Amino acid sequence: MKRIEVIQNVLEANDTIASRNRQLLDRHKVFVINIMSAPGAGKTSLILQTLTGLKGKLDIAVIEGDVASTVDAEKVQGKAKAVVQINTGNMPESCSLMAAMIESALKDMPLDDIDVVLIENVGNLICPAEFTLGEHKRVVISSLPEGDDKPIKYPLIFADADAVIINKMDLLPHVDFDIAAFRRSVTGLNPKVEVFQLSTKTGEGVERWCSWLLEQVKTNTLKR
Amino acid sequence: MHELGVTENIVNIAVAKAGEAQASKVIKINLVVGELSGFVPDCIQFYFDSLSKDTVAKGAVLHFESVPAEFRCRDCSAIFRPEDTLWACPKCQGRSVEVFKGRELYIESLEVE
Repeated sequence: MKRIEVIQNVLEANDTIASRNRQLLDRHKVFVINIMSAPGAGKTSLILQTLTGLKGKLDIAVIEGDVASTVDAEKVQGKAKAVVQINTGNMPESCSLMAAMIESALKDMPLDDIDVVLIENVGNLICPAEFTLGEHKRVVISSLPEGDDKPIKYPLIFADADAVIINKMDLLPHVDFDIAAFRRSVTGLNPKVEVFQLSTKTGEGVERWCSWLLEQVKTNTLKR
Repeated sequence: MHELGVTENIVNIAVAKAGEAQASKVIKINLVVGELSGFVPDCIQFYFDSLSKDTVAKGAVLHFESVPAEFRCRDCSAIFRPEDTLWACPKCQGRSVEVFKGRELYIESLEVE
């Protein structure tokens, strides 16, 4: 019997495709945001608000990831420059988008006419943390009804986020969510993270998020 | 939840490395899995048995070394286990911490013949 040293990351295959995606996106000057959260935190609502808030300023396309259905794609259809729905239920893995799925979705997108792609990942706080897609920024949404302990239960996804959004701020009087404790856990794990408090329902706080996004695109990849 | 794709990669890496070493059979695959990574060893083994059946890795034993989660204090560099829900550094009570260990998922070595 012989022993072979390997030391090879098992996720390397995904990471390789992700960096290929990133090169393609950079070549076409397309800025990509990977939006992750538990189911129901408000990913689609945030995308809709962002499309409205940045209308006329940026051409935005959307990639929708869901286990099944096209309901999210239908909601953004007509508001986005292009929409691609990925149903992970037909794929070997259903709990997260993976770089290879994004690679094929990008083939259906008019990249030269797009400034930004918003990727709505599958609702899940565990698996998406493991799979990079080739995105420029990672955004995690936590909504008040989920409770303020999510960064403690799922540290990886918060540790790697560039921005964390606290959504459903309009529900604050009705739920026990300690905003200061949540922010302390998130910034403790991730001191550089940008934290936004907003309500996709009332629109409160959405403008600050949109300005941040616009600024990120301008400083990184803007075509014009 | 996402073990199938990961197990495919494990089989591919093992088959490639065994091929490089001109081995005819993979006996054992030593994997290192962090506590925070969310990968379930039993689930990887289940997929492995099915995915490896027509390869030199058929019948190989998967050995999992689990790495407990550890945080490092950004203020005083103390390393500690994230006990309960209190993330304060036990040494200086600092609250700025980074994930030091627990997110690993790699193949450490193979035993072949």
